[in-house]
Amino acid sequence: MTSKRSEFFSGIKDILPILLGVVPFALIYGVAARSAGIPAIAAQAMSFIVFAGSAQFVTVQLISAGTPVAIIILTACLLNLRHALYSASLAPYLKRLPLRLQMLLAYLLTDEAYAVTITHYRQPDVGARFIAPEAQIIAPGHAPKHWYFFGAGLMLWSIWQLGTAIGILLGANVPASWSLDFTLPLTFIALVVPALKTRAEWAAAGTAGVVAVLAVGLPLNLGLIVATLTGMAAGLLLESLETKRWAVKDGED
Amino acid sequence: MFLCIGVITYAIRLSFIGLLGTKEMPAFLLKALRFVPIAVLPAIILPQLFLRGNTLDFSLANPRWIAGILAAIVAWRTRNVLLTIVVGMAVLWGLQVLLARI
Repeated sequence: MTSKRSEFFSGIKDILPILLGVVPFALIYGVAARSAGIPAIAAQAMSFIVFAGSAQFVTVQLISAGTPVAIIILTACLLNLRHALYSASLAPYLKRLPLRLQMLLAYLLTDEAYAVTITHYRQPDVGARFIAPEAQIIAPGHAPKHWYFFGAGLMLWSIWQLGTAIGILLGANVPASWSLDFTLPLTFIALVVPALKTRAEWAAAGTAGVVAVLAVGLPLNLGLIVATLTGMAAGLLLESLETKRWAVKDGED
Repeated sequence: MFLCIGVITYAIRLSFIGLLGTKEMPAFLLKALRFVPIAVLPAIILPQLFLRGNTLDFSLANPRWIAGILAAIVAWRTRNVLLTIVVGMAVLWGLQVLLARI
């Protein structure tokens, strides 16, 4: 039986390589938030309260573009809807835990923590190697693997808070002529371009981008939401058309 | 505003773990959710690159779209976040200096 402590520390160990990528993000967020004119306290408060990198970046970007609050909230929450996927995927493993632990772990649920934790949960237990894999699936949550989740999540949380705080402190001294606000769209480019693999994904991204440019005249910056929904619709449509075409081909063979 | 985003984000994260248990998510919703980041990010990026104020600016006097496209190529070829940002900023600064001299 693996102990709580070793699970906790192996969670920390496994998230370390990912932190190398998280630290620059945290620093850039802090600098960008300050150059967007967000007060230091508010910028750090967002790291505590929201604790979601991409939503924080988008919020800063939209604040500096003068977007109405309702649109900012809608966009940030839309972006965070993907966490429902993570939540659903981890739920079977966490269902036996008391609610207060579930609540704590839900707060620490991020892209990075999810990625390492779900991989860990899907590995068979070292101490339970004589139990059939089916039995482990039926009775998950016995091994203290939630300590692994807690270790990874807490480590990421600490580094994120520290990194954004340093970025905020540095950001106060950066002159506007450095154009550091441009790091935000660059960050988004770095995130989204490698994620585009299928034609449907390219269609979704392209449609959303073009519609956003064309719809910039819409009142209240509604263009962003319209563009996002149009892009999603385009991607879903193309995907279902492609699936159908394959289905027809298979039928002919 | 931050509180609002934070509370909703937290509710999303807690949704299945704490409340909905192991209920299955509808297949269509699963598919649609995958497209959210892929659609929302370009919708934020492209206006940043190609618009000045509210008008399209494809001219060479607008260094942002050139820097953005080069950064996108770097992101596509290398998948390296930091390198993408460094190249994008370097191109932007280079062009800004160049434009100031013309």
